Amino acid sequence: MIADHDVIVLGAGLAGMRAALEAARLGADVAIVTKVHPIRSHSSAAQGGINAAIGETDSWESHAFDTIKGSDYLADQDAVEVMCREAPQDILEFEHMGVIFYRNDDGRLGTRAFGGASQARTYFVGDITGQALLVTLYDQILKAGVKVYEEWFATKLYMDGGACRGAVALEMVTGELHLLRAKAVVVASGGLGRLYEPSTNALICTGDGYSLAYRAGAPLMDMAMVQYHPTTLAGSGFLMTEAARGEGAYLLNSLGERFMKTYAPNKMELAARDVTSRAEATEIAQGRGIDGNVLLDLRHLGPDVILKKLPQIHEMALDYLGIDMIKEPVPVRPGMHYQMGGIRTDVEGATAIAGLYAAGEVACVSVHGGNRLGANSLLDTIIFGRRSGRASAGYAKGTLPSQGGEELLRSEQQRLEGLLARPYTGETCAGLRLELATMMDEKVGLYRSDAGLHEALEALRGFRKRYENVAVGDKSRVFNQALTFVLELEYLLDCGETIIRDALVRKESRGAHTHVDYPERNDREWLKHTILTFRRDGEEPEISHVPVTITRWQPEVRTY
Amino acid sequence: MQFTIEVGRYNSEGRYADTAKPGEPFPAPWNASPVRRYQTFTVDLPEHAVVLDALIAIREYQDPSLAVRCACRSAICGSCAMWINGHANLACKSKLAAFTKDGKTRVESPPSMPIIRDLVCDMKPFWDKHLAVRPWLENKQPVPPPDQEYRVPNSSMEELIQEVSCISCGACVMDCESFAVNPDFLGPQALAQAYRYVGDPRDDKTKERLAELSKPGGIWDCTHCFECVQQCPKGVAPLDQILKLRKMAVDAGFTHNAGTRHADAFAESVKHSGRLNELTLMPKSTGLFNIVGQLKTLPSAINMARAGKLPPLIHKAIPGVARIRKIFERVGGRFK
Repeated sequence: MIADHDVIVLGAGLAGMRAALEAARLGADVAIVTKVHPIRSHSSAAQGGINAAIGETDSWESHAFDTIKGSDYLADQDAVEVMCREAPQDILEFEHMGVIFYRNDDGRLGTRAFGGASQARTYFVGDITGQALLVTLYDQILKAGVKVYEEWFATKLYMDGGACRGAVALEMVTGELHLLRAKAVVVASGGLGRLYEPSTNALICTGDGYSLAYRAGAPLMDMAMVQYHPTTLAGSGFLMTEAARGEGAYLLNSLGERFMKTYAPNKMELAARDVTSRAEATEIAQGRGIDGNVLLDLRHLGPDVILKKLPQIHEMALDYLGIDMIKEPVPVRPGMHYQMGGIRTDVEGATAIAGLYAAGEVACVSVHGGNRLGANSLLDTIIFGRRSGRASAGYAKGTLPSQGGEELLRSEQQRLEGLLARPYTGETCAGLRLELATMMDEKVGLYRSDAGLHEALEALRGFRKRYENVAVGDKSRVFNQALTFVLELEYLLDCGETIIRDALVRKESRGAHTHVDYPERNDREWLKHTILTFRRDGEEPEISHVPVTITRWQPEVRTY
Repeated sequence: MQFTIEVGRYNSEGRYADTAKPGEPFPAPWNASPVRRYQTFTVDLPEHAVVLDALIAIREYQDPSLAVRCACRSAICGSCAMWINGHANLACKSKLAAFTKDGKTRVESPPSMPIIRDLVCDMKPFWDKHLAVRPWLENKQPVPPPDQEYRVPNSSMEELIQEVSCISCGACVMDCESFAVNPDFLGPQALAQAYRYVGDPRDDKTKERLAELSKPGGIWDCTHCFECVQQCPKGVAPLDQILKLRKMAVDAGFTHNAGTRHADAFAESVKHSGRLNELTLMPKSTGLFNIVGQLKTLPSAINMARAGKLPPLIHKAIPGVARIRKIFERVGGRFK
């Protein structure tokens, strides 16, 4: 089938649906393409809240400064300004749409404290803020009647005359491949957590959009910046929201000490995430951990706060570890959580490719730089989702309909048939994915070294070779997940390679990129972004740099 | 620890892997057929493992052709609701040890939903119901200016967290007794979401919503079987929300329906004689002047009489019924 739209949006999380809603409001014929039902999107897993400077004692400048300091000065300050100025209005718009935000006694929106912030400016719904935003936005999509291609898996972007003009997607339920032509495409497909094991991310976070856009010629930026969240549940690696510490929880080592006093005497448990994660790793490495974990202690908050404001994590600790956090501290450790880097965009969501836009985790504006502050990711999705929706709809207005593409559809068909026809050699998709992800966690995780990164690159080359031998263990057409897993593994390999390449060139430590051979931040040489551009299969990406945009906040020594 | 899983398999095409070699990590392919069959797998997992861990282990290392929806693994995304030992549950929240019965755990796509493949069912009936209750805020006017929020008490927002916690997994609908026999029933999830908006002080269409929900297929079609309360993995307790809606609908004057008449007849009988008069319940619920409706119930009545199930013709009050009537007076409301 070939269908035509003004705008198609890949992904139905908060950024994707917000983009689609905005484009629809502006009169564009917009359709969402998503490999899972919108409600299953990983935005629902964001727990703690969303930041904005709304309170009378707060200011967008203060929010912007905290964000920039949190980014270890790698964020582009013009983009941060846009985000922080527009945050109040966008959050209030979601309130008007029906999000049941927490209120103060006077009936106005209330806040909680969050890491790296100089004020309590995180607006929230219990510890299900992402879900509360997602279901509200989904219902708005229903109200607006936006077309959703549900359980359609994008395999390639359609490029014509140097511009992005649609995408090829596999309809899971029938196994048919379709061409969706569009005047503009917004990539909002989320993160790449499956590249790391363990990770807080869902099984669907497989870096699809990074790879699709990268292979279509859109450069990726600052891919080395992979965030480790300080509190992920021992064993499973599930997220224990930063809101726990926002509400006052302690981090303890095996001696029962609040060890953050050594690393961040002012902010203690509410230092930025990179700082806190490294502190935990140091405690564990120096023998003050408990079976490779530290303890998150909420007992002093009392059952009322825990059950009313943090019910979900209370239940998760109970379900997956058998620990009641009202009575016992919870073992946690740093775990891979978020990709700050991504498809390079401007503040309108536009990439270097005409007709191609990106928003949300998959994009890099860059508002998070080297380290994202908690509760800034939901904000990123709704601000730049809206902006990319507006920009793509505007671009579509002045553009002729997309044409052709039948040849691409045929060649994609052949490619998938080729994958399905691969003989079985004993190499499994799951086995290779696990090896790749374990390697990434070990060598390209919280700490990196020159030697480790070179080994990682070598390992990745080997994985790419072995990938050619991965067969698809299912020949059906209907709901063939074995096929999509093999496609996702290739997306992950592209993501892994760009992360390692960026980490190899950045000879300093900044934000989430902690390089043991270059332990200091080096503003003289590295106050700049890394841009990675795809050349062709089997070749190294082209690497270049652009300076960080500084508007009013000069880099300072970063302490909490 | 060894667990045995019996998985309901279904593939309309019968085309599974045909390239795996015996003795290799993948077992010889299982020959699918377009009828549902059960296939037994054995997996080695830690004792606290959940059903989803087993399904993922099977899919990754035993049979990659096993189709199962899952994403977050932690009861947030709602993907993996399925039948586990004959009841709807989230696979990621169901401990294998607790669900092992006679040495095995049986998982399958819920029979109440159309099946697509293996453990993947067609959720369309579910989403259609969700859409049918117009699940979006109809803003109370005036909408505050862009720089201000609606001023409402926190308690009114907190009360809705229970409904907003719904992850649309469909477990309640999959096991709903009423939905199973009446596809027109809106079902527990949609009705809980209906309450989420009826109960929102910022919504302007409370009356219209209640009127709509009082129609056939709405709040009165629930039979209080409590399956939805029991199966909901997030404590949404849809039945509780349905009961709230009923009270609100009756209070708002939407009483001209079989549901209200049934409730009234029930209460009046108990108030009158201390127990239920089953003989008059049906005619009163149908509406005493609804001749066509009364005639329609006749075949059931005849069948019941034949089976010896007719209630006694003489309905006696229990001793001490006066005290029951006092209870009604104390409670107040419609029946005092």
